[in-house]
Amino acid sequence: MSVPSPEPQAVGLEARPAAAPPAPVRRRPAWHPATVASVAQETPNARRIVLDVPTWPGNDPGQHLDLRLTAEDGYQASRSYSIASAGEGTRVVLAVDRVDGGEVSPFLVDAVEVGDAVEVHGPLGGWFVWLPGRSERPVQLIAGGSGIVPLLPMVTAHAGADDPAPFRLLYAVRSPEDAFFREELDAARGARAPLTVTHVYSRRAPEGSDVPVGRLTRDALERAVLPPDAGALVYVCGSTPFVEQVLRWLGELGHDVSDVRAERFGGA
Amino acid sequence: MATFTRGFGGRRDDRDDPRIPPGQTLVRDWPVLSAGATPEIDPADWSFSIRTESGLHTWTWDEVHALGVEDVTVDIHCVTHWTKLDMPWRGVPLDRLFDDVETSLDFCTVHSFGGYTTNVPLAELLDGQSWIAFEADGEPLTPEHGGPARLLVPHLYFWKSAKWVRGIVMQADDEPGFWENAGYNMHGDPWKEERYW
Repeated sequence: MSVPSPEPQAVGLEARPAAAPPAPVRRRPAWHPATVASVAQETPNARRIVLDVPTWPGNDPGQHLDLRLTAEDGYQASRSYSIASAGEGTRVVLAVDRVDGGEVSPFLVDAVEVGDAVEVHGPLGGWFVWLPGRSERPVQLIAGGSGIVPLLPMVTAHAGADDPAPFRLLYAVRSPEDAFFREELDAARGARAPLTVTHVYSRRAPEGSDVPVGRLTRDALERAVLPPDAGALVYVCGSTPFVEQVLRWLGELGHDVSDVRAERFGGA
Repeated sequence: MATFTRGFGGRRDDRDDPRIPPGQTLVRDWPVLSAGATPEIDPADWSFSIRTESGLHTWTWDEVHALGVEDVTVDIHCVTHWTKLDMPWRGVPLDRLFDDVETSLDFCTVHSFGGYTTNVPLAELLDGQSWIAFEADGEPLTPEHGGPARLLVPHLYFWKSAKWVRGIVMQADDEPGFWENAGYNMHGDPWKEERYW
């Protein structure tokens, strides 16, 4: 089991954290009125929702927002969602997975319609962020299911900027139909910026494919990701068990896990 | 004016409970949120230190426990909008550690294994407001929940309750920690919804 440099004594207690956030948040978060501009089925269990947010200040790839719904009697419910888009525009893309028994996600996936009004607060988060031109380090992205959402804008920004940093994405899903953003990832693969995408299918692979079917294993992870000595920036996003397992394996494979950025989706 | 969302009724079970702060939703499980990897720390290698203007005070695992472990039941509130009520914890009040520490400095930077930091004014850690916690829900804290020991400051949003805690540096000024540098509020009172800058 890897132990990321636990200092047994108080040596270094006065030091600044080894891993400070990469850059200050440039845009002050605030509440913004938003209108649903379009909805589309993303997977059998998830929906893509494009919001028109006229006062949105823009956001960096990887940031998230809080979305608030208000019932007619004033009752409110808020949840945090990763943003699938980035940049200066006022169109904000979300991709929401239905959490069975949830209060907000079933409404967003099954009921919300074009023209409906919601509110969003953001952009939020300055840690789980990647921006082109900031670093020459290669980038390893690892996503499980809807964990691809905050990673897609990193891939898109990398492709859009012709950024020369090598990118790799390992994307674990149940079946081809459960994969988010198929068109966007295909388009990014065709761009000049170097990108390698590896899919892992736990239940069913695409027809005619010779990709083995099965849950992600440590061996498959080792084959798909950049080696520890590549010095990659590593971003991991998915459900809590997925992220914990990936981080444990990365540590066992010799990666400096104290340098890995992780985002966990709770069921709450 | 508030914006209404057509057709949204909400589930609103438990929402009438006055212990749930604004913008929060009750959960019964315990979601895990951390910025990076989960460190694995052997209690034998664990110690807790407080650095003041006069030097360093350090306690081993056994020495902290010997200060007196309390059972407490508290509500915890995460900035990602979940609240968990009536959660049983076991830990040592920070009061017991500061009984042995003289300082005129008012602000704390809490440090964790793995590099995480967060800021809390000393006055908000004392008088029974915080603990170094070793157990939750009747079990030793697992690594993903901050074990072997985490800070427990239940009256502030839960990012202040630093996982894998290893010490406090006393300072004259209130300086932002990890999340406070990344857009989160310096103070974090859930009843005032002090979530962000």
